[in-house]
Amino acid sequence: MTRILDIESLTKGFTLHHLGNELETFNNISFSLDAGEFVLLKGANGAGKSTLLRTLYRSYLPRAGKVRFQSSHGEIDLACAADVDVAHIRKTELGFVTQFLTARPRVSAEAIVAEPLRQASVATDEALDEAREALQVFGVKPDLWKAYPTTFSGGEQQKVNLARELILPRKLLLLDEPTASLDAKAREALVTRLKALKDGGTAMIGVFHHPDDVLHLIDRIVDLTPEYTHSEERSDVAL
Amino acid sequence: MTLTLDAPRIITTKPLLRIENVSKSYGDVRAVRNVSAHAFPGEVLGIVGESGSGKSTLLRIMNLEELPEEGTYHLDMDNTPEAYSGNLFEMDRFARRMLCATRIGIVYQNPHLGLLMKHSSSGNVAERLLVAGERSFANLRAKAKDALDASEFPLERMDAPPAQLSGGMQQRVQLAKAIALEPALLLLDEPTTGLDVSVQALVLDTLKRLQQDRQITMVIVSHDLGVIRTLADRVMVMRRGEVVETGLSDQIFQDPQHPYTQQLVHAKL
Amino acid sequence: MTLSKLTKPWEAMSYGFIDGSAKREMRRKMLKAVAVPGCQMPYASREVPMARGWGTGGLQVSLTLVKPTTRVKVIDQGADDSVNAASIRRFIASVAGTPTTLDTLEADLIQSRHRIPEEIMCEDQILVLQVPNPEPLRGVQPNMSIARQMHADADYGRMWLQLYEQIVRSGRVMQGASYPSLVHGRHVMTPSPIPRWDVPKLHMSRHLTILSAGREKRIFAVPPFTRVEPLVFDDVPYQVEDHAGLTCYRSGAKGFFMNEIPQDDGSSVYEVSDSEWGVKAIRAKDGEDVIQGETWYKDGEMPQ
Repeated sequence: MTRILDIESLTKGFTLHHLGNELETFNNISFSLDAGEFVLLKGANGAGKSTLLRTLYRSYLPRAGKVRFQSSHGEIDLACAADVDVAHIRKTELGFVTQFLTARPRVSAEAIVAEPLRQASVATDEALDEAREALQVFGVKPDLWKAYPTTFSGGEQQKVNLARELILPRKLLLLDEPTASLDAKAREALVTRLKALKDGGTAMIGVFHHPDDVLHLIDRIVDLTPEYTHSEERSDVAL
Repeated sequence: MTLTLDAPRIITTKPLLRIENVSKSYGDVRAVRNVSAHAFPGEVLGIVGESGSGKSTLLRIMNLEELPEEGTYHLDMDNTPEAYSGNLFEMDRFARRMLCATRIGIVYQNPHLGLLMKHSSSGNVAERLLVAGERSFANLRAKAKDALDASEFPLERMDAPPAQLSGGMQQRVQLAKAIALEPALLLLDEPTTGLDVSVQALVLDTLKRLQQDRQITMVIVSHDLGVIRTLADRVMVMRRGEVVETGLSDQIFQDPQHPYTQQLVHAKL
Repeated sequence: MTLSKLTKPWEAMSYGFIDGSAKREMRRKMLKAVAVPGCQMPYASREVPMARGWGTGGLQVSLTLVKPTTRVKVIDQGADDSVNAASIRRFIASVAGTPTTLDTLEADLIQSRHRIPEEIMCEDQILVLQVPNPEPLRGVQPNMSIARQMHADADYGRMWLQLYEQIVRSGRVMQGASYPSLVHGRHVMTPSPIPRWDVPKLHMSRHLTILSAGREKRIFAVPPFTRVEPLVFDDVPYQVEDHAGLTCYRSGAKGFFMNEIPQDDGSSVYEVSDSEWGVKAIRAKDGEDVIQGETWYKDGEMPQ
């Protein structure tokens, strides 16, 4: 297996200057990830599951530790790489999927879905075709493709967002409860898409409220609850 | 863990804009203190800070309207002409003006600074083309039209003077003027401040589109965090003439490190 | 040695009215102006017994250049007989003892307000144009310090912009007189308020032209055989006034710059603007033996 990610002693906490206090979230997290591997993050509320994802994505700055990512440009430590490199990696190899769409005024659904492809230099027409296909798969009605998602319902926005975030195959995907409040059909489409990506070699780290949705994708579980040991084989864990 | 401009860069290449150790004073007031900034090709760099933080001064320095007492400035453009290859602060006045007139575009908060209010809108765009040596009337018309169109300006009004246009439209004319020559660098000084919210959104959207379609490197200054958040890839936070923090846009907004940045982010409505 | 031996005897005034040091300054500034064609040179602009704005700049140049044998012609809007032209001509003659003439061909020095004679001038002639407003950039840049920088940088985008605006607004270039022109490919000058008709006459002309603004204290020059190119867009050709087909109602001359004379019935008749050229035409028609010089325009066309 090809190694994608090595997380070494990653520690994150927040300093709240106006309150004058420190907030510890997680300490000394270490695990690795191979291509095509799916890791589920587990832990009580507040154990830092989402925080870990955001730290890996560099939305949060880690306190200490290393996040060694094997990019197509060579190994890069996401914990301390230059911002501009991280921005580049995000555009091409590292995805972050949430349930929320950042809609922009006057940008149509299909255009917003096509955006990652266009940033990866796919021709506009081709990108739009693929975008429409993805919207179809996630069950967004064709009437809405040219409409502006700013006015969509939460559910529809979520589908647009999933289509967008999953359209471009990445090396590593971070999934932050993408299934929450999704209808059955879309959930199925999502799981199918994740499976396809996984088979294509995309490594994934996910946080799911209802891991049943993705049960058969899970290779390993990492528990962030402090007293637990970190990594265990999935096989027969009671979820 | 602190991250600086000198964090290891593996992938990305040379910055297009490189400003180092720039200081500028007005009398006793030190407007910009020892500031360094990089902007990479195709990137949007946001500069935030409250009034008087020196962000607009820094932008004017980038536009070479102001020269600092200290520091260096390099622009690494495609086929950079020999005249522009050194420290741009040390260029002679003529080269400086030509550089600003042809390779750097700017949109000011106050359209009066950037536009000739009584000339036609298309003429405002044409002026830049004329400076660059375009001497065919038909070409001027066509190119001005293209630039105005790209800025989503209603073409049937292209010959109306900006004085007769709304604030949002004036900003579009400024933008068209700035991009008419395909600048290497586009500077935006509070481009949406003073516009009402719906117009603001439209102007921001135009900027975003332009950035995506043309991959123009932009530096945008604003005290409006929403604007910065929408547009910028990376953000630089300034306070009292100094850079207190730089980071990826979402990092600055979600995990600000410096006490001042935290205060700023939490103060947002 | 006494002081009186070192000085000349007292005279009521210097030759040519202007004192020696002022003339020296004028000569220096004229040489500079010739050396940098089209570039405005500042000068002190002394008092002459005439109000500023009535040709004092041109007068100072003329008074500096004349010697007792210089034959002087003065025209005002093409006419030799207007009050202003006649007064200046008499003044020069009385303070410098110069002969005067109305004939372009005979003149050594022609001081003119807003016209260039129709007959071609030659190497040994000097044309002095009175300039009310020497700064072509004034309309686009009221700050003269910045305007000077713009000249230094050959930054004339705004001049073109003015033309662009005129075409956008009116469908054609509306600039009638003082058409901005590029001299020797470097400086843009205003050729004083001569009509567009006259601007091509300055291009590669054989005579020296000195343009002087007394009120604004600026002097500039077009040396012989110097390019003078009106600013035009590549695809919008320069147009002179549409006078080629007009005939002078007094002299019958055709194809020259005309003055329009409105008639009571609402129509207009035209007379040739260069009065002496009209006089010559009438004389020739009457069978007198006059020498009509070669004209710049032939059959209303300026040969390229």
